[in-house]
Formats: sequence, C-alpha cells, structure tokens
Amino acid sequence: MQFLEDPVLWIAEWLREVLLGWGASELVTNMTLNFLGAFVVGAMIMVIFILLTWIERKAAARFQDRIGPNRVGPFGLIQPIADAVKMLTKEDTRPKGADVVGYVLAPIVSVFSVLMTWAVVPFTQKWIGADLSVGVMYVAAAGSFGIVAVLLAGWSSNNKYSLIGAFRGVAQLISYEVPLFLSLLVPVFLARSMGVNDIITSQTAVLFAIPWLNIPIRGFFVLAAPLSVVIYFISSLAEVGRAPFDLIEAESELVAGYHVEYSGMKFGLFQAAEFLHSFTFAALMALMFFGGWQGPWVGTNNLTGWLLGGFYFMLKTFFFYMMVMWSRLTFPRIRIDQMMNLNWKFMVPVSLVLLMGMPLIDYGLRGQELWLKYLVLFLFNLIVGLIAFAWAARADRRVKTHTRVRFEGRPVAVMPQAPAAAEDETAG
Amino acid sequence: MEPIQIVFLIGAALVLGSAVMVVTRRNLIHAALFLILTLSGVAMIFVLLEAFYWAVIQVVVYIGAIAILIIMAIMVTRNVTGDTVKPFNNMAVWAAMLSVVASGSLIWALSYWPAFDQTAPVADTGEYVIRLLGLELFSAEGYLIPTMIASVLLLAALIAAIKSAFPISQEEE
Amino acid sequence: MLLDNWLFVGLLVIVAAGIPAIVLVIARLLAPRKPNDAKLDTYECGMETVGDTWVQFKVQYYIYALVFLVFDVEIIFLYPWAVAFDHLDLLGVIAGVLFIFLLGDGLLYAWRKGALKWN
Repeated sequence: MQFLEDPVLWIAEWLREVLLGWGASELVTNMTLNFLGAFVVGAMIMVIFILLTWIERKAAARFQDRIGPNRVGPFGLIQPIADAVKMLTKEDTRPKGADVVGYVLAPIVSVFSVLMTWAVVPFTQKWIGADLSVGVMYVAAAGSFGIVAVLLAGWSSNNKYSLIGAFRGVAQLISYEVPLFLSLLVPVFLARSMGVNDIITSQTAVLFAIPWLNIPIRGFFVLAAPLSVVIYFISSLAEVGRAPFDLIEAESELVAGYHVEYSGMKFGLFQAAEFLHSFTFAALMALMFFGGWQGPWVGTNNLTGWLLGGFYFMLKTFFFYMMVMWSRLTFPRIRIDQMMNLNWKFMVPVSLVLLMGMPLIDYGLRGQELWLKYLVLFLFNLIVGLIAFAWAARADRRVKTHTRVRFEGRPVAVMPQAPAAAEDETAG
Repeated sequence: MEPIQIVFLIGAALVLGSAVMVVTRRNLIHAALFLILTLSGVAMIFVLLEAFYWAVIQVVVYIGAIAILIIMAIMVTRNVTGDTVKPFNNMAVWAAMLSVVASGSLIWALSYWPAFDQTAPVADTGEYVIRLLGLELFSAEGYLIPTMIASVLLLAALIAAIKSAFPISQEEE
Repeated sequence: MLLDNWLFVGLLVIVAAGIPAIVLVIARLLAPRKPNDAKLDTYECGMETVGDTWVQFKVQYYIYALVFLVFDVEIIFLYPWAVAFDHLDLLGVIAGVLFIFLLGDGLLYAWRKGALKWN
C-alpha cells in the first residue's frame, strides 16, 4: 500500500508488522494499535480544543469590534499555549466542606463524556474509531455522562449557587435532550440505519444531475428534513449551555452556575468540555444532515478520499461551530420559562408532528423516485414549519398583550414638571 | 483464560463491588454514584453479550434518566445531601437471609435449564440486528400488541406521575 | 468480529478518563498551593454561608425529569422502528405513528394540566 493512499492505515499496517516481528501476539498487537488509535483521537480532540479557544477569542473580538489576541505569535496563534500554561500553574483551591471525590471527579467526567463521543465520528470514509451499528444511540449514551457531571459538580461544591445552577442545568439538559433525540431520529429514519457511516453513505444517493453541467445533486438529509436541522441546531445550542441558553451560568443570578467553586485547571476542564461539546454537536450536524466527508470529487480509496474527505468534514464542522459562536455572541439570554416553553410547547410537538408525517409520506411514496420523495418531504417540512411558526407567533402576541406595560408618552429621564402634578391635583 | 473472560470478570467485579457499595454507603449521593457505576458495569456486560443496543439503552435510560431522577429525588425531598443516614435498620438480617434464599433458589432452578452451562449461539448472523428487533417489535407476527400495550402503559405512567407529583390542577388557557 | 469495534470503545474509556486525570495531576504538580481560610470560603457574594447547602427546590424540576424519562423510554422503541421501516407493512407503519401519537397525547395532557408551566 502506498503511503499517500491512506497514511493512517499505512502507519497502522507498518506498526502491526513491526510488533508482530518483535514476537508480540495477535491480541497484544491488536490491543496496542487500538489503544494508540484511541489515544490519537483523544489527543487530537484536545489539540482541537486548544485551537478552538483561539478561534473563540478571535471571533468574539471581531463580533465586538475588537482585535482580539495579537501579541503572542502571529495573529496571537500562540496565545492558547500561554493560556494553557497559565491554567496549569494557577492555584487550585477546594472550598471548605466540599466532597473531595465528587469535586475532583466532576470535571473528569465532563471531559470524558465529550471524548467518548468521538469514537464513532468518521473523519474520512475510513478513519473512524469504531463503526458501531448503534452509532447514534451511542452518541446519546456518551452524552448522558455530561448530565451526571453537572449534578456532581453542583452538589459536591457545597455552595448554594452551584447547587441551584446544577438543578437548572440538569432541567435544561434533560429537557432539550428530547427534541435532540427526536431530531436525530430523522436521519436514522431516512438512512434506515443507526451507524454513522451508513447515514453518510446513504446521503450519497444522487437526486438528479444538473443537465448540461452534469453535476450531481446528492441527497443530503438537510434537503429532506430542513425543519429537523433547525430543531437539532437549537436543541444542541441548549445542550451545550451557551448563550442564548446559558441560564446554567447566568452571571447576574448564579455567579457562574454549577462550577462557581472551581478554579485553576479543574475549571479549565469544564471549559474544555463546553467548547468540545459545541464542536461535537457541530460535527454531528455535519455528519447527520450535511453528508459528513461527502463533497465534490471525493474519491473512495486514494489521495482525494482522505485528503478531500477530511477537509470537507472539517470545513463543515468549523462552519457550524461558527454558527454556534454567531448565535452565542448575538442573541441575548432568554428567561427560564421562555426556554422551557420553547422546548416543550414548540420544539417537541413540532418534532412529533414531523415524525408522524414523514413516515406516512415515505410509506405512501414507497418505490417512487428518490427526488420525488425528497421533494414531498421538503414541502411537508416547509408547511409544518410555516404553520408552527405562525402559530407560535400568534401565541406569543397573545401573551404579550396580557403582560405588556402600557406607557403613555415619551420615556424621558427627567422628573415630570411640577405644574403637571399641580394640574393632576386640581383635576382630582 | 481467554481475554474476553478477563474482561467479563472485571465487569462482574465492577457490578458486584459497586452494588455492595450502594447499599453500605452512609451518604445517599455517594450511594447513587455507585449505582451509576453498577449500571455502567451492566452495560459493559451487555456489550460482551453482543447486545449492543441494550448496552447503549442501559446507559441512556438508566444512567441518563433514572439515576439522574434518583439523585434529583434525593436532593428535592429531604436535607440529606450533606449528612449521612443509617444504611441498615434492624430488619437487615432478615432481608439478607431472604435474598440469599431467593437468589439460591433462582440459581438452583436455573441449573436445570439445559442452556445453563452451554455457550450461547453466535448472535452475529450477518443481518443488521436492530433491524430484526424493529421488525419483531412492530409486526403482527412479532410483538406488536405488547409494544402497543407498553406504549399505553407509558402514557398511563406519565399521567400518573404528573397527577401524583403535581396535585394542584391549574388549567392553562 | 463485532466486538473488535468495541475494543476501541473500551480503550477510549481509559484514554478519555486518563487525559483529564493526567492534566489534573500535572496541574497539581505545577500549581502553587497556599490555602488560607478566606480563600477556601464558599463563594457566596462574600458573605458567610448561612445554614447548609440545601435549599428548597421546586417540584417542577422533578416533573421535567419524569416527563423526560417517559419520552426517553418511548424514543428507545422508535429507533428500531425507524431502522426497520423498509421491511414493515402498513400495520407496522400505522402502529409506529400511533405510538408517536400516544407520546404526543401524554405531552398534551402535561401541557393542559399546567405541569410544563414554569412559575
């Protein structure tokens, strides 16, 4: 095998031969290679986190009309390293009365939950840690540990704010897991498989080709279920607990939510978990709805296969990560009742309607052309979306007229003039 | 010993050890945390049985929902998060005897089962197992009626949960 | 074999727990440790903490957890249904849709009952 055809497999084959040559048994070789693979995945994600902090700071600065880090290295690129050194050398205090085991375990579990997700993420067609047959559910399972980490951190800190923050956080996380799972059910339904690579390969089906250019339009699931993408995106924003859904760490009320008491590297780990969660959800969005490593000129088994495939996957992921940051830096925080209403009274019912309608359409069009199926599903999504938004807007208006404080006259910052008061008295 | 047996023994030790910790911890939250460890061990054993869907369900439902629910229940109900409770009352001896008798008779009964000391047939038939599962759950020849009954039961459970946890009826306009 | 895939997952468990643990150990070695009373106080607006940590929680949190649990269990049934969809007959399809409909029914009840309302 040529090195350029697939460097990762080439190195793996080479290592296998070396190890077998040293007299290691098949099992030990297998274990070593898998462990190395797992380590490479984990380390790579942590490196991506370091990069993400730079991107975040730079992008936030640009959104707020600042320059951002620009002193350490070109464009401030070395800044994250400096941050990491600062984090590592900061004093790590533990509050009085904290539960030692829980206090130390919580940040570890938090990062653990994110890193586990990446086992089933295909970076290219071949570079996937474990192509599990239950991929999508596995992602959900890995995410469950994140909730445990939040509760654990909140409880073990021995602080009222962190406990309240943890409760809010858990209520938010479990609530938004419902529309998240329901919207992840849609790609599973469209692909008829829960394996992540299966979902991507079933998005390669050509819907139609643009006639005179002969460019095939592939059936990315976003075309069949645009509304599910919207629901997925909103609920993933809530799942990572970033603005506009950052009620977990509402600074004005709860200081910093469940991790008030954390300092130094333990806080750094929570930060890493938050950033990587956003990144993971962005990656999943790319995989589930936008074809993952699919793109123009992606071959199967050569240089373009891994080079272009990996490039497209990362491009899509960073694009969606940009969208996460965009919403974070643009929207104001919403209230907790608004957040719960948005979830239970809008997103969950809409996803349920989608999940009832889409299978019926699919069944009705069984054996029909693929493009027709996609077209009808797209129109159905559009109609449901329009009706839902119109209905929500109406309900919103109704609520507003009840609670709006009517203020007559122009709002000014000066005291009313005395004659006006005198007039009032005479009138009274 | 085969490596998979070693992995099984580690899993079994994890399940049993943390199960003992669940009942002996004096701090209820610690007990709940060990419960999570027990459930992870059970998921591990499901993986070894090649029942992958059950393994992930075990984590999603039991750790992601039920363990969280238990911890929240502990936190909501009483002021027990910080201090300790007595793990045993004076019925502990009777309970221990009863559980020994129950598990002993279960093992005794199972030892007459022909498949008790046989290796299970390989589940990997080349077919996508979850597809078979879905087909069994939702076809009339399979388990359609029990599935629908389960659905109705879950609806009843939801209504009952809301009714009991939320007695004040406040109709929303 | 199928288990080969899970070998990776099992080893990733070690790696995923190990990386943050090692980071914490490094921080422990590098970071200064000069604790004093004021530093170790709980961070509650600079005041002495009154009473213990426990506060009265709304039962609302618990209801969300219950509703979530029921939804979780039902979604577990729906995933195999979606996977097997091509092989199902009309009855199976209708049964699945009815399943989702009952799920929505429960949500509607919770809604009407005001259990989803945050006060």
